[in-house]
This record gives sequence, structure tokens and C-alpha cells, in this order.
Amino acid sequence: MNIVVLVKQVPDSSAERSLRTDDNTVDRGSANNVINEMDEYAIEEALRIQDAHGGEVTILTMGPAGASESIRKALSMGPDRAVHVLDDALHGSCAVTTSKVLAAALGTLNADLVICGAESTDGRVQVMPHMLAERMGVAALTGARKLTVDGSSLTIERQTEEGFEVVAASTPAIVSVWDTINEPRYPSFKGIMAAKKKPVQTLSLADLGIAQSEVGSDGATSAVVEASKRPPRSGGQKVNDEGEGGLKLVEYLASEKFV
Amino acid sequence: MAEVLVVVEHSGGEVKKVTLEMLTLARELGTPAAVVLGGPGTAAPLAGKLGEYGAAKVYVGESSLFDEFLVAPKAAVLAELVRSVSPAAVLLGSTQEGKEIAARLAVKLDNGLLTDVSSLDGEGVATQTVFAGSTIVKSKVTRGLPLVTVRPNSLTPAPAPATAEVAQLEVTVDEPAKLARVVERKVEPKGARPELTEASVVVSGGRGVGNADNFKLVEELADLLGGAVGASRAAVDSGFYPHQFQVGQTGKTVSPQLYVALGISGAIQHRAGMQTSKTIVAVNKDAEAPIFELADFGVVGDLFKVVPQAAEEIRKRK
Repeated sequence: MNIVVLVKQVPDSSAERSLRTDDNTVDRGSANNVINEMDEYAIEEALRIQDAHGGEVTILTMGPAGASESIRKALSMGPDRAVHVLDDALHGSCAVTTSKVLAAALGTLNADLVICGAESTDGRVQVMPHMLAERMGVAALTGARKLTVDGSSLTIERQTEEGFEVVAASTPAIVSVWDTINEPRYPSFKGIMAAKKKPVQTLSLADLGIAQSEVGSDGATSAVVEASKRPPRSGGQKVNDEGEGGLKLVEYLASEKFV
Repeated sequence: MAEVLVVVEHSGGEVKKVTLEMLTLARELGTPAAVVLGGPGTAAPLAGKLGEYGAAKVYVGESSLFDEFLVAPKAAVLAELVRSVSPAAVLLGSTQEGKEIAARLAVKLDNGLLTDVSSLDGEGVATQTVFAGSTIVKSKVTRGLPLVTVRPNSLTPAPAPATAEVAQLEVTVDEPAKLARVVERKVEPKGARPELTEASVVVSGGRGVGNADNFKLVEELADLLGGAVGASRAAVDSGFYPHQFQVGQTGKTVSPQLYVALGISGAIQHRAGMQTSKTIVAVNKDAEAPIFELADFGVVGDLFKVVPQAAEEIRKRK
């Protein structure tokens, strides 16, 4: 089974993040850029399926030149190769145009299964798998906490508001995974060394037959008109519990009409 | 006035709160028209409530296909409806299903999409909060109509009775929408507590709660305040509480009137899920915990002393 894992490089979510002041896009220049955490679970799941069923695991990333660092990191976990969609014109692309580019790139890869994280920590939009499925005419099984592969049959279990549901499809398909699905491995020293020699193919928009005007800020279907820092919450009262902390807490809640 | 389509979220024969919020928002943008998609017999018990909150029209598409397959059939029927009525805007809930339908709709219509929107004005300018609540963004769909998913608890639903005219939709769905088959739906008993993302009060526990058994304390306070129970990632990863109650990055985003953080230090990943709460109250034994930078009211102390005392006092006052 040939598997493609979508990997996105994002600004580290444990640090301050901001938008650029010139064009309101994510400020990657001043950030510590890392693999989107949820994608590590997608990579792990792909490697486990490869262990059981064979085939090849390919990383697919769309992003600026600096994303190659995250691609190497992803490869150090064990995938065989990577494809980097790299083109300056992509800067400022919205989700809809990004899905067009990724669908075109996936079209060159002939995957049986595409796995991605359920969301990225920067946008947290969760729309990519269904956008890709819609464009490619394949099934999308999203938000998996468990994935079972049996020949060409795929079954996932996913959490819902009411409980959970079991959803099935045949390959080719796209599966997105939550962090409850597995425990990603740490790259071994051997893995890190091997990753340096693994093939990384670069694809430009021209390679994919997409015009520059269709993507980036020009082709975007939505735009940020204004961005501002939310005024930091000012910490309010803080009391030390000297035996009456609970009472003071309720007094506060009552003054705010919660009790 | 043009119609504003509100895609109805429903569960167990009831309209979900986010839908009432969307109808309230829709009234400011045009004529609210609710869209009910579900199995046969879904719409009848919902229509009254939809009219009560101002739906002038209720489009009804009923077919077992909606239950048999994941979201794609709903997106297909909605795309047809949008093409035929050219609405002023389309609103969906910013829930798992709402976002998934919206994603497909955006591609089908080659239309921009804005998610997790907390408000939308008549010019189509939407407000979103990004990066763990630290940045407020105003954005606009620049291709097509405003297609947005609305974050639950963004506004207070207000009734505005209207007589809803019912219009039946034809449900025709092509094969590519029938690829992801739902083979089992399991409803887990959730008790009397409100749903986490819709609750107006959320009481969450963190690592400081210590173990799964102690979460009873968190639940007790939540029940006394009529709230939902949440948990920090540290608490979930330690196995204190199930994942579906996780608040923060990689979990749920909540925006209640009152958020109570018990034994939660307030790491940025947790703040990502609760920073837009209206009032924040924290109990933590570490006076330096970052949660106190957000809290409107904080108690520095042992939660095992403070919470039982607070619970006792609330009972007394009731």
C-alpha cells in the first residue's frame, strides 16, 4: 500500500505567534518553525501500516524553502521519500487554493492512502481532508482515533459529540487522525543519518500545471482585512487561601451572578 | 431581502444551541432560512423551534443517505440549494460536521470559506480569534458569497417568532458522495451535563487534580454551577479524564460565560482553548501559575480545601 502523509510546517504553538504586519500572513520569519504536531501521529500511523502491509511512505509538504527542515525531520522518523511543493507564488494561499495545489501534487503520486493530521496548530481549520476528497473524488475518513486496514478496506473510529461512529471506505482514500490514535516514535540516530540521503523531489507550480494567478494572495478566496493583538486579559483579583478561599470564590461568583 | 441560509445542527430531535445563535445572527444579515438535512422525519420536531428564532423558511431535505454516508451528501444538496436561491450568506456551526460540510461546499462552489467566526456584519466582514486567542482578525470572503462557520457561544440567541414556510428539497446525490459509509453510530450516555462547546459554564481540571478519582470534585462543582466538565491536556494524557473533554490545542475550544480552572497552570496550549471565555476563575496552589494572568478572580491555595468549601457554600446559598 502506497501512503502519502501530508506534513505542514507551522510556527511552534508553545511560543508567541503573530501575523506579519505587511500582508497579514502567518509570520514564519520570526518564529521557531516545527512540524505540525498532529502530523507526527499521521506519520507514525503510516509507518505502522507500512510495517504490516508493505509499500512506500512519501511525505508531501507545501511550504517555503525553510520547510525542508521539517521534511528532513519527518523523514528521520522513517518514511522513504518526500515531495516538496515549493514556489514563491504560493505565499498567501487560502485553504481552497491550497487544496487545489495539494490535489494536483497528489495526482502525481498515485497514493492508495493519504494520511494527515486532523488539524494544524496554526490555522486549526480542519477542512483540508474534505476539500481534497471533494477535488479528487475519493473518500475522506476524518478525525480517526483508530484506523484499521484490511486489504483495500479502511475502517476508522471517530469521536462525535454524542459518542463515536465507525466509518468505512475503500482505497483510495484520505484519513485524518487525532493525537489519540498512537504514540509517535522518536527519530533514532540512524534514522536522522538516513534521512539526509533520502530523495526529496521539488515540484513547482509549473510542474503541476497551475498558473501563478490561481494561487497566493492573487488567487486567494478570502482575505484578512485587519489584524490586531487582542488586548491581554488583565489578571483580576488574586487572594491567598487562608481558610476562607472557597467562601471568597463563591462570593465572587455570586457578585457576577453565577451563583 | 435575500435569504441567509442557516444549516441546522440537531441531535436527538432537538435543535442545537449554535443553530439558534446562527438564526439570531442571520436576522441581521437578511431573511433567515433554516436548512434541515437528515433522515426521514427529522424536520417535523425541529420546525417549531426554528420558527421561534426567526426562520421565515425551512428547507427540508430528508433521506436515509444523510445518515448512511459521512457529510458528502449534505454538501451536495446544499450546493444545489445555494445555486438555486443565491443566498446572501451561508452559515454553518463551527463543529466537526459543520466544518466538514463547509469544506466540501467551498470546493464545489469555488467559494472562499471562513471558519470559527464569532461575528459577521452586513458587509461580510467576519471576526475570528487566532493563535491561542492572542490575535483578532477581521476577514472577508473575496470569491463568492460569505460562507462561514460560526463558533458556538459567540452570541446570545434571542427569539423572534416567525411563521416558517416549509419547502421540500429534492435529494439527489451522485456516487462520489457515497464513498464514506457510516457503519455504526454509538451514543454514549453523557448524563445531564451540557455539551462542552455549548455550555455557558465550564469547570476544568488539570494535572493538579492528581488522579481520575479526584475528578469527582471537578464534576461536583460543575454540577452545582450547571456547567460542563473540561480537562487540560496534562490531565487527559495522565488518564484522569477522557479525551473528548480536553480543552485547548488538540482539543476543544470553548467560550463560555464562566470558565473555572482547577489545578491548571495555564500553558499556552490550554489558553488556546479557553482564552475567549467571558469570566475566568482559577484555583491553583502555585501563585506564579500563568493562569492567574488571565483570571478575573484567582485563589492561591489547595484545591482540595478550596473546592469542597466552595461547593458547600453554593449548596447553602441554593
